[in-house]
Amino acid sequence: MLHAEEVSVTAGRARLVEGLSVALRPGRMLAILGPNGAGKSTLLSLLSGERRPTLGRVRLDGRDLHALPPGRLARRRALVTQHPAAGFAFSVDEAMTLATEIVPAGAAERRRLIDESLRAAGAEGLRDRLLPQLSGGERQRVAFARALAQLAAGRRTVEVGGAPYLLLDEPTASLDPAHQHHLLGAARSWVERVGGGCAVVLHDLSLAARYCDDGLLLAGGREAWSGAMADLPVPVLERVFGTRFARLPLPDAGGWVFAATGQGVGG
Amino acid sequence: MSLSLSVGVAPGPGRRALMPALALLAVAAAVATLVALSTGSVALPLDRTLSHLAQAVGLPGTPLPARDAAVLTTLRLPRVLLAAAVGVTLAVAGASLQAIFRNPLADPGLVGVSSGAACAGSATMILGVSGLGLAATGLSLATLLPAMAFLGALVATLLILGLARSDGRCSATGMLLAGIAVNALGATGIGLCSYLGDDQALRQMTFWMMGGFGAAAWGQIGPALVLMAGATAALMANARRLDLYALGERDAFLLGLDPHRFATRTVLLVALGVGAAVAVSGLIGFVGLVVPHMVRLWLGPVHRRLLPAVALAGATLLILADTAARSIAAPAEVPVGLLLGAVGAPVFLWLLRSRAGRAIL
Repeated sequence: MLHAEEVSVTAGRARLVEGLSVALRPGRMLAILGPNGAGKSTLLSLLSGERRPTLGRVRLDGRDLHALPPGRLARRRALVTQHPAAGFAFSVDEAMTLATEIVPAGAAERRRLIDESLRAAGAEGLRDRLLPQLSGGERQRVAFARALAQLAAGRRTVEVGGAPYLLLDEPTASLDPAHQHHLLGAARSWVERVGGGCAVVLHDLSLAARYCDDGLLLAGGREAWSGAMADLPVPVLERVFGTRFARLPLPDAGGWVFAATGQGVGG
Repeated sequence: MSLSLSVGVAPGPGRRALMPALALLAVAAAVATLVALSTGSVALPLDRTLSHLAQAVGLPGTPLPARDAAVLTTLRLPRVLLAAAVGVTLAVAGASLQAIFRNPLADPGLVGVSSGAACAGSATMILGVSGLGLAATGLSLATLLPAMAFLGALVATLLILGLARSDGRCSATGMLLAGIAVNALGATGIGLCSYLGDDQALRQMTFWMMGGFGAAAWGQIGPALVLMAGATAALMANARRLDLYALGERDAFLLGLDPHRFATRTVLLVALGVGAAVAVSGLIGFVGLVVPHMVRLWLGPVHRRLLPAVALAGATLLILADTAARSIAAPAEVPVGLLLGAVGAPVFLWLLRSRAGRAIL
């Protein structure tokens, strides 16, 4: 379990996150929701070990995350950041190879991990492209594929019972609707197949309701609501986002879609 | 003006195969070495030089006459070896700095690392071992000079890293501006040294700073060669981590690298290598800039492929440049640093206009 306990982060005088507790469990997918600046990305960077909480702690299977060296951490968790950097003109294939090199493996084995991950992310056609030449959406798919490859490589050495954790920061922001579903579907099937835990920051509540088991709604760095996604209460949503929502049943598949109407919430 | 560079955007999907490229570069380095060994005021025919070298390592061959043999082993061999070592060191250091700054314009000369080394080196030359209060240690100038140059290079590098970084990355503008400042500081220090120095020390210092391998003698270059070899070997062993770092500090951490520790370590190694190179050969610019850039265009940015090729190309370039410097105005010698500056500065301008112009400025 990847567990943040009562974490707070202050930067200067600003409180980015305050007294948050959240647990990522193996085999579950958690949606992190909330308005801009609510602390969603800060929470993910805390869970990834990239950022240290000012107060509280983050534990991976009971051990303090910051006590683990970066190399060990890299085998257990991957984070897909909001703006994947381009930098030097690595090809997609080269960047993927770097991600699988966190553990020793033969070339054929690496090849297999990379092929599978690119296919799962719907990015197999991008293999020979150079990172700086990718569009925003393509870059997101490649970043997702890289995270899958990293964790697949990491699992080759992970001790028994050590589930991997996949952290996605607005992974669908630049994707067209079909690719949004494809990516979240791939994350969902990764969770079920591998038994890992996944946390995903989303703005699209319908996508969150469709693919995630649990939800955490943040407002101003604090928890506004948490629970099973199926129980997401519309009044709380409306209060937090400051706009009315319509919650409509999906005709065929079951489940719900949420649409912000843009009408203000009185008082 | 926020600058983030994408480097060497090579066309086409596949990368050139590495092995043929390395083989080509190795042949070029070997040919350059032979040409350099046989060229000079005493011309040594290529075939007889080869024959002499063969018998020296126990293969069949005939030795050269004693005078020619002395020219070969005490004058030319150390000189060629030094040129090769400095070429390898500066080119590999340049490539490493570019990954650390995530910026293809980083060059030990341009960002002031060399000038820091030169400043400390000048002070050492002007003050001498006793002037620095180290007479009691029994150190020779040849030992002390690389150490001081290293310290100078280190201080300069740390200054630049400190000045150019914001939000965990070094922008091209920040780095070049910091480089200008550090270069100016270095120039002031060097100016102060020339003001303080007597005529003989001044002349020695001036020629040293122009850059060249004229001082190469086995006894003089030993300590520096050891330092350069050590620093370069350690930098080359870093290749995979340089790749991770080049992805961005954040991604590097997520993929298991401690980015701050790694950057510090790399900067120290660069300062060590460049300091040693400057100590024995003065200021030789643009090798660290032009060689990695050209090789990156050819082979792509993956450092495991890049660094060996960069090393061979750097060695070849400086061996050839030194041979040219000895030949074009024979019997006089043109300082290699001046020669490379004359070629390198226009290449740098072209680079700034073509790539950076499109991608960053």
